[in-house]
Amino acid sequence: MPIDILMPALSPTMEEGKLAKWLKAEGDTVSAGDVIAEIETDKATMEVEAVDEGTLGKILIAEGTDAVKVNEKIAILLGEGEDASALDAAAAAPAAAPAPAAAEAPAAPAPVAAAPVVSEPAEDPEIPAGTAMKTSTVREALRDAMAEEMRKDGDVFVMGEEVAEYQGAYKITQGLLAEFGEKRVIDTPITEHGFAGLGVGAAMSGLKPIIEFMTFNFAMQAIDHIINSAAKTLYMSGGQMGAPIVFRGPNGAAARVGAQHSQDYASWYAHVPGLKVVQPYSAADAKGLLKAAIRDPNPVIFLENEILYGQSFEIPDMEDFVLPIGKAKIERAGADVTIVSWGIGMTYATKAADELAAQGISAEVINLRTIRPLDIDTVLASVRKTGRIVTVEEAYPMCSVSSEIAYQVQEKAFDYLDAPVLRVTGKDVPMPYAANLEKLALPNVGEVIEAVKAVTYTA
Amino acid sequence: MVTAKKTTSASKSASRSRSAAKKAAPAIAEFDKDQELHAYREMLLIRRFEEKAGQLYGMGFIGGFCHLYIGQEAVVVGMQMAKVDGDQMITGYRDHGHMLAMDLDPKGVMAELTGRRGGLSKGKGGSMHMFSKEKHFYGGHGIVGAQVSLGTGLGFANKYRENGNVCMAFFGDGASNQGQVYESFNMAELWKLPVVYVIENNKYGMGTSVERSSATTDLSQRGASFGIPGEQVDGMDVRAVMAASEKALEWCRSGKGPYILEMITYRYRGHSMSDPAKYRSKDEVQKMRNEHDPIEQVKARILENKWATEDELKAIDKDVRAICAEAAEFAQNDPEPDVSELYTDILL
Repeated sequence: MPIDILMPALSPTMEEGKLAKWLKAEGDTVSAGDVIAEIETDKATMEVEAVDEGTLGKILIAEGTDAVKVNEKIAILLGEGEDASALDAAAAAPAAAPAPAAAEAPAAPAPVAAAPVVSEPAEDPEIPAGTAMKTSTVREALRDAMAEEMRKDGDVFVMGEEVAEYQGAYKITQGLLAEFGEKRVIDTPITEHGFAGLGVGAAMSGLKPIIEFMTFNFAMQAIDHIINSAAKTLYMSGGQMGAPIVFRGPNGAAARVGAQHSQDYASWYAHVPGLKVVQPYSAADAKGLLKAAIRDPNPVIFLENEILYGQSFEIPDMEDFVLPIGKAKIERAGADVTIVSWGIGMTYATKAADELAAQGISAEVINLRTIRPLDIDTVLASVRKTGRIVTVEEAYPMCSVSSEIAYQVQEKAFDYLDAPVLRVTGKDVPMPYAANLEKLALPNVGEVIEAVKAVTYTA
Repeated sequence: MVTAKKTTSASKSASRSRSAAKKAAPAIAEFDKDQELHAYREMLLIRRFEEKAGQLYGMGFIGGFCHLYIGQEAVVVGMQMAKVDGDQMITGYRDHGHMLAMDLDPKGVMAELTGRRGGLSKGKGGSMHMFSKEKHFYGGHGIVGAQVSLGTGLGFANKYRENGNVCMAFFGDGASNQGQVYESFNMAELWKLPVVYVIENNKYGMGTSVERSSATTDLSQRGASFGIPGEQVDGMDVRAVMAASEKALEWCRSGKGPYILEMITYRYRGHSMSDPAKYRSKDEVQKMRNEHDPIEQVKARILENKWATEDELKAIDKDVRAICAEAAEFAQNDPEPDVSELYTDILL
């Protein structure tokens, strides 16, 4: 039987890639371990090695093809004694499914009989009217933010595991070493506690470090320096000594990486006075807020998300685009219900708002952008208008950011509420590995719609 | 005089005698009259200040934790005499001596101990948390070992700025078993950072002796696996401290990377004010006071050289006592911070 060679997944979150180059031609003999092709993702260029022996019978995807989906057939390998006649049958057969189909998320409730509402995305008041826009991934936006600030200020440097020669474990620091050199783009040993403390010490003396954690899961090794050294020193010194430092990196669940690599730390850091906590959603959020974080004289926790890194957004084409920390953005205006979210939670919130609009429910979607200081005024103004609020986040529910929002809303807008505050969160379990369980552990669009219907009494 | 050999009961072990054998006898700086008198006055100021702090604690003016530096004065004074302007100091919670040696105002330090508005941290830091960028003193840290990583960062900043300064990061024998110390050693040697790691080995981490907490007790060799040179120093002799510090600071300043000094010293008082001291005998403490006191050693040499008379030394003591009395007076009468200070200095 000829063997199908499939487009491989090269990272937990890769969905497609570019088939950059074939290193073997049709008719070439292939041994196990031979490099047969090069594949580019938005993160890296990787070599594909043959697993089986045989002759490369047919190349199905030409080199230079973009957006080849993971598991798509890219070539056919002929076994010993097989010839080209075996190819036709092989090419016709569908590729085998890699795994059993994951359990479907609960279906959204049936649409109510109401006229669809038209909901326009709200303008961002932080962007001057008439500004030209361009497309950028979150990844590029983060890199550009660091590069722009490093060009401006020689005291800014970036330090972390694999930030320099490897170009970033998630390619966020790509190109920075070439531009700024090894003095300012520094590969560290794998010692989070040590280099976080080193960064805080450098910041106390007035430098402006950007400390990258490969993921915030590893920052738990360093959390003592983040909280006891960075957050508290200004207060303990009676205002004499602060720490202008940014701790950044991917936070929250990626995909299929299990319990120890899938946790959202927003509420952990938001708990601590002396820190600012930013959790961007779009590329514009990422760029404008990271630039603000680097300039901020306080320690800033900058929580990114690996799934969002590769996503593209419109971003203002401005020389110096900076967003204020501590200010939420109304992503879309609405009248019937307020949906508050931040970071990757926004992907569920916006999709749910789209579906709700088609069903005649007008949702106002607020993107918090910053967790601490919390822009509760923007949330309250919306709740006073809609009388209903649903929060959406991927973190565990207990003592979550949502808990805090619910508390403040009941305290400050109790008389305006027409329904209890509902939360859509990650489930109260360590992240499971199995695909179906992982999907159940995370929020989904259906849950957001369900919650909105509950608070609007339209279920 | 305490020698390195006498300070640990593990001195008979093979590893100890090997490391002791390969090290040259520690150098002792020859002090002139001015240096001896300077050291005497500085150490006495710390001693009298700490005695006064202990008194105020007993009277209920100082709350919480209060870790006195009595007995260890030669370490910080010897280092202070070797440093140049701009060199930083950072330490743990037994920090009053370092502040006074770095020329922080005794009134401000004492008022911080009593939690008053004239305290160096406006009363918001307490005994363990005072800082002065102007005097290059970076705290004052309450988490054992944290100052080692932070001090490594100060050394990193010196190298980044190419300012020729060195950071002295002080920590105790107890902290020398913390993981982040070794993470810091690794980075400091890897990047040749100008940091002198000063291990103040006062023989007990709280109530646990070095022998009961440490698999190897020659702490000066704790950087060996990273290639960081280290030596044991008689931390009760201010001249030995200064000589070793000059050598270590020069090593760092010339770009060779970090250096470790293990100061063999002793604290006369408990770990903190609430220490019942069941883990050591009164005789042990008394013997150390009688035979190795850092201030008495200097005093004896001054008298022997006839650089000052008993009366002149008494005059210095009187002067120092007056400074401490004035600090205590201020610290008792200065008002507590205004209540509005509760919500200031959280963010810039």
